[in-house]
Amino acid sequence: MSDVLAIADHRRGELRDISFELVTAGRELANETGGDLHVAVISGDTERFGEQLKLDGVDTVHTVNHGEEFNHGVYAQTVTQLFDAVAPQFLLMPNSVNGLDYAPAVANRLDLTYVSDVVDIGVDGSTLTATREMYGGKVETTTAVEADQVAVSIRGAEWPATEDTGDATVEAFEADVDESAVRSTVTGFEEVGGGDVDISEADVLVSVGRGIEEEENLDLVRDLADALDATLSSSRPIVDAGWLPKNRQVGQSGKVVTPDVYIAIGISGAVQHVAGMKGSDTIVAINTDPNAPIYDIADYGIVEDLFDVVPALIEEFQ
Amino acid sequence: MKVLVTVKEVAAVEDEFQIAGTSIDETYLEYDLNEWDDYAVEEAVQLQEAGIADEVVAVTIGPERSEETIRMALAKGADRAVRIWDDALEGADLLDVGAKTAILEKVVEEEDPDIVLSGVQADDDGFGATGVSLADALGYEWAAVVNHLDQDSVESGTASVRRELEGGVEELTDVELPAVLTIQTGINEPRYASLRGIRQAQRKEIAPKTLGDLGLDAAAVENELELTDMYEPETESDATYFEGGPDEAAGQLADLLREKGVGAQ
Ligand SMILES: Cc1cc2nc3c(=O)[nH]c(=O)nc-3n(C[C@H](O)[C@H](O)[C@H](O)COP(=O)(O)OP(=O)(O)OC[C@H]3O[C@@H](n4cnc5c(N)ncnc54)[C@H](O)[C@@H]3O)c2cc1C
Repeated sequence: MSDVLAIADHRRGELRDISFELVTAGRELANETGGDLHVAVISGDTERFGEQLKLDGVDTVHTVNHGEEFNHGVYAQTVTQLFDAVAPQFLLMPNSVNGLDYAPAVANRLDLTYVSDVVDIGVDGSTLTATREMYGGKVETTTAVEADQVAVSIRGAEWPATEDTGDATVEAFEADVDESAVRSTVTGFEEVGGGDVDISEADVLVSVGRGIEEEENLDLVRDLADALDATLSSSRPIVDAGWLPKNRQVGQSGKVVTPDVYIAIGISGAVQHVAGMKGSDTIVAINTDPNAPIYDIADYGIVEDLFDVVPALIEEFQ
Repeated sequence: MKVLVTVKEVAAVEDEFQIAGTSIDETYLEYDLNEWDDYAVEEAVQLQEAGIADEVVAVTIGPERSEETIRMALAKGADRAVRIWDDALEGADLLDVGAKTAILEKVVEEEDPDIVLSGVQADDDGFGATGVSLADALGYEWAAVVNHLDQDSVESGTASVRRELEGGVEELTDVELPAVLTIQTGINEPRYASLRGIRQAQRKEIAPKTLGDLGLDAAAVENELELTDMYEPETESDATYFEGGPDEAAGQLADLLREKGVGAQ
């Protein structure tokens, strides 16, 4: 029992980036355990996906031909069966939104200890050490798991993607899916966040977060955006509160933006936010907390109260 | 129809803090209702106000201190609460998903609700797993990261929900009841507790239960996870900081922006 089984993630006809990151993480683990790396892809165009997953470091790709799109009922059953067939030491799953929808069920069904959203992993004998964030990224922790077999979900964009092709064998896995146990049905998809502005087109974004405190205070950042001839965007809590429409949200569940200049005001820089703006050319952060993670990716920073800095900045441009 | 909401008191950490061993020193912690659970409570109360739910029960795993936070859920409209705590849980730095599942499973079996609402994740340990794990243990159906629930659908025995996927895409899913839905922020606008609600909450029941009361022993919640280290992440920052007070810093930032052609009409 030294193998690693990683489950690929796909949506609407495409393998998602995290699938290729899972291969990297899985290979690292397999090197430490001395076992094989198995990758499984369930549903969708498994023939094409299977070929795409013949990546460097992968020993076997298992394809499960069943339906088009993700369904957690199907995944929970098939991953359980794959696990029994492969008998790996580590089961790796993505901490994507779909991962959140099946990984905990699989772990429960297999009675495995589950460590989610890890950013680094290592093995020492039969002990797995996982690095995770806690308290919204304020601290990092090391967690040791002492078990023969463990389920892990990995955070996106923490491992580089494996891109080189290898010589894995592709095998079709015959899963036995009990349809009566599939009690949820996906009826469609909808793109949200359309409308009057497209923040992903903007050259300059003034982006506001929970540090603005009150809806009334939004005028301050609106004035700044006007003065800079920039477009206003925000982190999620501002949209959740209904202060700005969904099409202004930057991040994992909002828009991915790559402006020339991104000015983050009162935004802490949570991973789901950073996923949407880390490709910006120049990142400026204004945040009173010198340890806020936004400063890890900022090019310029001002550790001051936004209610002092923003008016002064507006003044500069009048 | 009965709705059960799982709620958790979580600690927020101040900007400046000290780590003592594998936990954060108490003095730097401020306790509050988990952000995601606040939305779950609101969703439950709205089902009640719409005449769909006739009872809303809040359930928490937490020490006596957490009653203050749980009372906020009662003040917002939940009818009563169950709080599980036990000496066997005392002092655990981290309660793993399996342990939480084992405890909540017993409570749900006793209460027998049609819908369980939980938050997508808790802000402290951030596992994002309890709701789905619980559903599987119970044999309930489920949906994770729900940002819309069609209230009318619920009465027909199938919940029509939207799951918020990455990149501004929502998945429309029909979920057979009974089910656990993990609630995403933004699904509704959580209310503030009214004064009247706060007064009423004082008289509502928070039933304390031990593991023994649920028919569990300490072995059921044995942690296989051990927190071995906690530290402040090394900053990877190579940012240039503008200093000298807000005005001076704003001036320097303005120079930089002008250099980049920003704000030049
Ligand atoms: C499945 C999922 C998807 C998500 N998708 C997204 C997404 O797409 N986009 C997104 O943004 N988030 C997303 N989130 C939420 C994310 O985890 C964070 O909760 C969110 O990004 C925090 O927003 P914030 O930085 O504005 O608020 P906070 O984290 O509360 O930060 C506020 C910051 O303001 C600073 N501040 C306070 N007062 C002042 C002041 N006077 N002057 C200067 N600074 C001040 C504070 O120091 C703090 O750093 C998602 C979460 C989940 C679970």
